Amino acid sequence: MYGNDFPADDTSGGLLGEVEAAETALREAAERGRRGAAGVNPAAYFAEVIAADQKVEPRDWMPEAYRATLIRQIAQHAHSEIIGMQPEGNWITRAPSLRRKAILLAKVQDEAGHGLYLYAAAETLGVSRDELVDLLLAGRQKYSSIFNYPTLSWADMGTIGWLVDGAAIVNQVPLCRCSYGPYARAMIRICKEESFHQRQGYEILHTLAHGTPAQREMAQDSVNRWWYPSLAMFGPPDTDSTHSAQSMDWKIKRFSNDELRQRFVDMCVGQAEVLGLALPDPALCWNEERGAYDFTQPDYGELMQVIKGAGPCNRQRMEHRRRAHREGAWVRAAAAAYAAKQANQKEQANQKEKAA
Amino acid sequence: MTAHAEQTTPLAVQATPPTRQAAPGTVTNRVGFVLGLADDALVAAQRLAQWCTHGPEMEEDIALSNIALDQLGAARLLLTYAGEMEGAGRDEDALAYQRDDREFRNCLLVELPNGDFAVTMAKLLFLAAYQVPLYTALAGCGDERLAAIGAKARKESAYHLDHASLWVRRLGDGTDESHRRMQAAVDEVWPYTHELLAPDPTAPVDPATLRVDFDSAVSGVLAEATLTVPETSWTPDGGRNGVHTEHLSYLLAELQVLHRAHPGASW
Amino acid sequence: MSTHSEPTGQSGGAPPAPLWEVFVRARRGLAHTHVGSLHAADAELALRNARDLYTRRQEGVSIWVLPTAAITASSPDEKDAFFDPAADKVYRHPTFYEVPEGAAHL
Ligand SMILES: [Fe+2]
Ligand SMILES: [Fe+2]
Repeated sequence: MYGNDFPADDTSGGLLGEVEAAETALREAAERGRRGAAGVNPAAYFAEVIAADQKVEPRDWMPEAYRATLIRQIAQHAHSEIIGMQPEGNWITRAPSLRRKAILLAKVQDEAGHGLYLYAAAETLGVSRDELVDLLLAGRQKYSSIFNYPTLSWADMGTIGWLVDGAAIVNQVPLCRCSYGPYARAMIRICKEESFHQRQGYEILHTLAHGTPAQREMAQDSVNRWWYPSLAMFGPPDTDSTHSAQSMDWKIKRFSNDELRQRFVDMCVGQAEVLGLALPDPALCWNEERGAYDFTQPDYGELMQVIKGAGPCNRQRMEHRRRAHREGAWVRAAAAAYAAKQANQKEQANQKEKAA
Repeated sequence: MTAHAEQTTPLAVQATPPTRQAAPGTVTNRVGFVLGLADDALVAAQRLAQWCTHGPEMEEDIALSNIALDQLGAARLLLTYAGEMEGAGRDEDALAYQRDDREFRNCLLVELPNGDFAVTMAKLLFLAAYQVPLYTALAGCGDERLAAIGAKARKESAYHLDHASLWVRRLGDGTDESHRRMQAAVDEVWPYTHELLAPDPTAPVDPATLRVDFDSAVSGVLAEATLTVPETSWTPDGGRNGVHTEHLSYLLAELQVLHRAHPGASW
Repeated sequence: MSTHSEPTGQSGGAPPAPLWEVFVRARRGLAHTHVGSLHAADAELALRNARDLYTRRQEGVSIWVLPTAAITASSPDEKDAFFDPAADKVYRHPTFYEVPEGAAHL
């Protein structure tokens, strides 16, 4: 169910287990039910729903700031999925075996699907997808900075799956428990699909790391380039993060940036060992007291630069998206015109029938 | 993506039907036939995959990727089978990545550049209108392996035909601009359909026998789409003999570059 | 992608494609369940898009699409009036009844 070439049996532990637990929790919260309506004090009702770990649904009353936060977050997430197709899309036509070509194409296609699930979730909050796409194309809404780095070798397909999808999953698994129902449900669906992404990437790297010297070198070079940008995916350190506290109260967010980053590092160390590849951080070492790895923080100055638009590929990614949108305009216009004609004809036929 | 070269000169036109070395029904002959089908599917998949992230709407990125995945899946089955019949130890990847363009047996239609969305839909319409009856006939043929592949692929091709028809109707009968583009696309691509249905009595399914189904599928859609078939006597071919357009070599260069850079490596 | 160099219409030209709600029957014997929404110019396209978007992993055997605009929804504010009256009609549920011992197949 989660992929084409991987056994679907491993739901025992790890992230997939957490996704399933979130799904169960969602069902249980629904079972517990909630009688009574918002009544005269919708704000109190909203607070109660959140406190009881139940879901807020589209037409419920919600604070405007809650709505705005969700729209921003879900939209940026959707944009990331769509722009995120490009770095990997870059290698589909050159994939080195037909099996890899099929997997990569299916993966990039999944990312388009994720973008659409998320736009659909955002639309339940009263904003249209066209508005959101326009905001993206106008540069007024962001997407994840990681996609502003170039994919320079085939090994990057492995590293993106392992580290980038891996980091995304660590970020997203807690979102399966988000207080907003449509977002939580979209995240459950997405996270299940993501696990195939991470595994196919890991498999690519494993094959390369155990291949020819040139392949091995390609793999190590790729990990060296993507490690710190992947750590930066969790956002600025907690001390600088502006939105966190309120989002935590609303149960949109469940863990802080630094907590998630630490969890990610702790997972990756063992996985890198199995690959036989080095993580490019000489300071990386187990801290007995903390029960976690000490590691070098990513360059947050660089992160801010990339967010501001000065990453290696910002302009290229945006221009690519704008161009596809622009060049597709006549096709979308044709579909709309055809639909209007058909509706018209149907209407006329109906009237004739009535008249007869 | 790739810019159109001005219409290719008919370098591939042949005065006589292709002559084959082997007698009808021999293994060499069947390998050639299966390779033709495999290469059609592989090259079509590569072209469709080039659309990924460039589609006119996000939904269409997903749809074209799906069709590309179907074609790729069929190509892999067919290449594997061709390799086994050949008996020289070549697997799907050896056949896909280590043959030169002169060894490819696909029809010219699939290697033509994507053009705009109208050209891609015209190509897909004609390809699917050919593949549906072809795979259907194969599903009932005496070769068990081919029959199984045909049975699987014909359902997929039926969906491709549906998808292409849907869009050709919308583009043909949409706006003035889309009508103009769609008609131009049909005019451009139509001559290449001739090669698809060229007779080959020695093949497990003689393509000439698919003509009726092909015509009825295509003419219905084009009529609904308010489009016409161009009158032309130009009938480029040669793909089945490895004489291609100038486009194929570039397509293969991209497809094969990484694989060939690491001889003997596994991926 | 396009090789035609003439200018295309501006993106603002076409009206935005309407929104459709998608319902999928996962397996025979189950009801159609709401899975999400999508955009398409008309019903035919909506159905195809739904197939590609929501059933890539064999999640369904049947799909419905319907225009979001055609849905009339109960309002959360009416929730009490709408749904509470059902709460005291426990006699609608089989567990309301005591089955005498020994009576089988009830
Ligand atoms: Fe994703
Ligand atoms: Fe992913």
